[in-house]
Amino acid sequence: MNQQTPIDIERSERTDKLQGMGCKRKRVEDIRFTQGKGNYVDDIKLPGMLFGDFVRSPHAHARIISIDTTRAKALPGVIAVLTAADLKPLGLHYMPTLAGDVQAVLAEEKVLFQNQEVAFVIAEDRYIAADAIELVDVVYDALPCIVDPYKSMSPDAPILREDIKDKMVGAHGPRKHPNHIFEWQIGDQKATDEVFSKADVTIKEMFVDHRTHPSPLETCQCIASMDKIKGELTLWGTFQAPHVIRTVVSLISGLPEHKIHVIAPDIGGGFGNKVGAYSGYVCSVVGSIVLGKPVKWVEDRMENLSTTSFARDYHMTTELAATNEGKILAMRVHVLADHGAFDACADPSKWPAGFMNICTGSYDIPVAHLSVDGVYTNKASGGVAYRCSFRVTEAVFAIERAVEVLAHKLGMDSAELRMKNFIKPEQFPYRAALGWEYDSGDYPTAMKKAMEAINYKQLRQEQAEKREAFRRGETREIMGIGISFFTEIVGAGPSKNCDILGVAMFDSAEIRIHPTGSIIARMGTKSQGQGHETTYAQIIATELGIPADDIMIEEGNTDTAPYGLGTYG
Amino acid sequence: MPKKQISLTVNGRLVEGLVEPRTLLIHFIREQLNLTGAHIGCDTGHCGACTVEMDNMSVKSCMTFALQADGSNITTIEGVANPDGTLSALQEGFRMMHGLQCGYCTPGMIMRAHRLLQENPNPTETEIRYGIAGNLCRCTGYVNIVKAIQYAAAKINGTAFPEAAE
Amino acid sequence: MIPGKFEYYRPGSLNEAVALLSKLGEDARPLAGGHSLIPLMKTRLATPEHLIDLSGIAGLKAIEHEGNALKIGAMASQFELIHSDLIARHIPIIPETSLLIADPQIRYKGTIGGNVANGDPGNDMPALMQCLDATYDVIGPGGARSISARSFYNGAYDTALKSGEIVTSIRIPIPPIGHGYAYEKLKRKIGDYATAAAAVVITMSNGHCQTASIGLTNLSETPLWAEKAGKHLVGSTLDSASVSLAVAAAESIVDPASDMRGPAEYRRKMAGVMLRRAIERAKSRAKA
Repeated sequence: MNQQTPIDIERSERTDKLQGMGCKRKRVEDIRFTQGKGNYVDDIKLPGMLFGDFVRSPHAHARIISIDTTRAKALPGVIAVLTAADLKPLGLHYMPTLAGDVQAVLAEEKVLFQNQEVAFVIAEDRYIAADAIELVDVVYDALPCIVDPYKSMSPDAPILREDIKDKMVGAHGPRKHPNHIFEWQIGDQKATDEVFSKADVTIKEMFVDHRTHPSPLETCQCIASMDKIKGELTLWGTFQAPHVIRTVVSLISGLPEHKIHVIAPDIGGGFGNKVGAYSGYVCSVVGSIVLGKPVKWVEDRMENLSTTSFARDYHMTTELAATNEGKILAMRVHVLADHGAFDACADPSKWPAGFMNICTGSYDIPVAHLSVDGVYTNKASGGVAYRCSFRVTEAVFAIERAVEVLAHKLGMDSAELRMKNFIKPEQFPYRAALGWEYDSGDYPTAMKKAMEAINYKQLRQEQAEKREAFRRGETREIMGIGISFFTEIVGAGPSKNCDILGVAMFDSAEIRIHPTGSIIARMGTKSQGQGHETTYAQIIATELGIPADDIMIEEGNTDTAPYGLGTYG
Repeated sequence: MPKKQISLTVNGRLVEGLVEPRTLLIHFIREQLNLTGAHIGCDTGHCGACTVEMDNMSVKSCMTFALQADGSNITTIEGVANPDGTLSALQEGFRMMHGLQCGYCTPGMIMRAHRLLQENPNPTETEIRYGIAGNLCRCTGYVNIVKAIQYAAAKINGTAFPEAAE
Repeated sequence: MIPGKFEYYRPGSLNEAVALLSKLGEDARPLAGGHSLIPLMKTRLATPEHLIDLSGIAGLKAIEHEGNALKIGAMASQFELIHSDLIARHIPIIPETSLLIADPQIRYKGTIGGNVANGDPGNDMPALMQCLDATYDVIGPGGARSISARSFYNGAYDTALKSGEIVTSIRIPIPPIGHGYAYEKLKRKIGDYATAAAAVVITMSNGHCQTASIGLTNLSETPLWAEKAGKHLVGSTLDSASVSLAVAAAESIVDPASDMRGPAEYRRKMAGVMLRRAIERAKSRAKA
């Protein structure tokens, strides 16, 4: 520990006094959360508020023969029942996705995944709505379904998306098959294939990063309230990106954006699940516009898990080519991406496979090629970046596992293999074979420090001893050692590369200092537990010299917060 | 179907309400009593976000009908602060030890911990972990939740909790 | 996740409860802790039109010493079983099993009666009761009767209870002092139902097993009392060969479902592993 200079001491005292960066400030959010005084969407009650609930398909793939809402409408307390037939004249039975596809708001002629939304009941309370959804009579004609993405593009595969079956060009280029969404390629295929054909050693493995669900503890929900007299819509909701939702709602409803007020209050976890727009939001908005009353929609856990955006579902055939001594020469990856029934992937628009091309990872790999095929299946649509930026977890999983497999084949320690292949400090800024430029890094030092901190050599020895004892029958316990070296693109930028539906990705902050010396600061981000109210104030306190306790941080209200692309996390 | 009258004590006050037999206790608390601290996370009795204290028991209020609570004594998160309005030891512990992020599981966690510390005023770490097994958190990874409860136990017992100083 | 509509009754006596159940027939269900029934009602997999809440009936929670048995009221909660000195002293395998059921909140409300009577193959108490040779006291329109746990279960959710009958208490013979016991439960996570579980109660004398009783949970449509497996242990020193015979016998009678807890073959093997561990632990606890 270095001796503190007078300047260090002064700085540290200043930090403590201001509760600025570097001090352990207790979270201001916790005062209300520990007292049950958070303000989550379902806590909000408005006079005259109605409640919406969905009728959902039991089938994964079926034609809708008929929908009869008579019995539901006759139930006392039911105000309206919406079907695609009601939304179609408004052009709202489909909505655009963030990935350039369209997604059914309410199923019109077909259902494409189990629990897909078929009708929206609006009633006086949630109990009546729950009864009413059982009274909507839907006749289905079940069709064979596809749940294996490898079967999506078979010649005899049933066509899932009849609504776009004649479109041979999708948002990201030509489609090879009616169930194909896009092919995305990057890198030098010819050069890569050439290296592979001549290499001493190659490995090839299929890694499946299976479909998971972000499953925040609070499900997705909203309240739409249309003021017909002023012609203004207020929409509260679980929105990680409130301004984007405002823009999307404006685009699909035709309401001018300046007359839409979106408010994301406290959110009970997001993890990517609350980035996109869901049928519940659209139907609540339509319901409120038609009925002139607030409409609340709160999904239950089964609805959340089976219909809102999943994460991952990447099938990655990963190959490395190397010399006998363990120098990696090339990487070749093909990904089959299962997007479910609609491509609702929340990636920056130019990146249908997110930043999967970070898959050369932390290593100096001179040539590489990546191709990604996205396909439709009869599953819920998506995916999102669950707790990580766009597809980077998938990419890192692929390269790190591949390095382990290669090490095993070479009979080499995998830490040693990594050290041999890291991008060296003097190589920065480094242009990777698949396009990204890495600005800085010293990977070998980081690796060495980690290995020293856990006494890696000793662990490997312990592992070897345990294996021997196991072989001799002396123990049933063996030991695994896992290494993962994670190079991540954090945040979506720069703007020239990253946009959402044409809105360049950026962030914004607005700081206002009051005459009496306190501050209100608003950002275009939106915390769902990250603690922005506490930490942003610390940053401003350090920079401006005003105590953090005198700084109020606000997010989530699109009327007052400057435009931003929200917070993913 | 005619509604039924119930009468119970909530956070020390006598309350009355009219409920259907099927009205869940969580909805009675949140919608009729406007106590929105208890939350619905899973609706199937797994996550514990709806936990309240009822007749000296930790109860998942989404798994209970309001009618079953007729005549009972209930405490919700809104009722655990000290009489002078300061945070209870548990509420303070959760704040001091960073035992929450989004806050959604927190009222249920605190209500369960509240009962746990009455069952066992000096729990070991293992006893705490088993003791909150009916409460799920998607944000924190539980380590700081355990520390928050240890902090509270130490404060209530008047013993030292070294990690609190950090 | 909102239940369907129903009428609710809270009778003050057993007779009243039985009369209601008889009168209302198939559309009525008794309500004990509710933590099996209410989740089913919320998904509307169960839609009883009438619920008879048993919590208003006095005397159904008592835990008493009756002759050479413990008599436990059907409405005693898992929490009460865990904290009963009487049970801890005489039949410690009961609190050991209770602690492996669900989670603290559910254990406050979940009752032993509910756990044994609803016929859910996943519940832990039924196999334990069969292992302990318990008897269920039942009251119904036809009067009172007693049914042995070992003859109570016909299939999943299919028990010997007739229409209108309620379990009122469970009588369990107290195992001899110094008995060995263990309940081993393999589960995916805390609170889950068993992937496979085994209850073992043994007595030893001069290093030899005198009595052995084995119950198996969630490995078939009903709990299983592995009589033959138990017999392989009797007379032995619980040596490797005898234990292996018992394990093989147990594996041969299980018929687990292939589900999210694993394929049937895996669960069968795990039944054997749990049994082996339970025998080991029971042996370590047995005196003489």
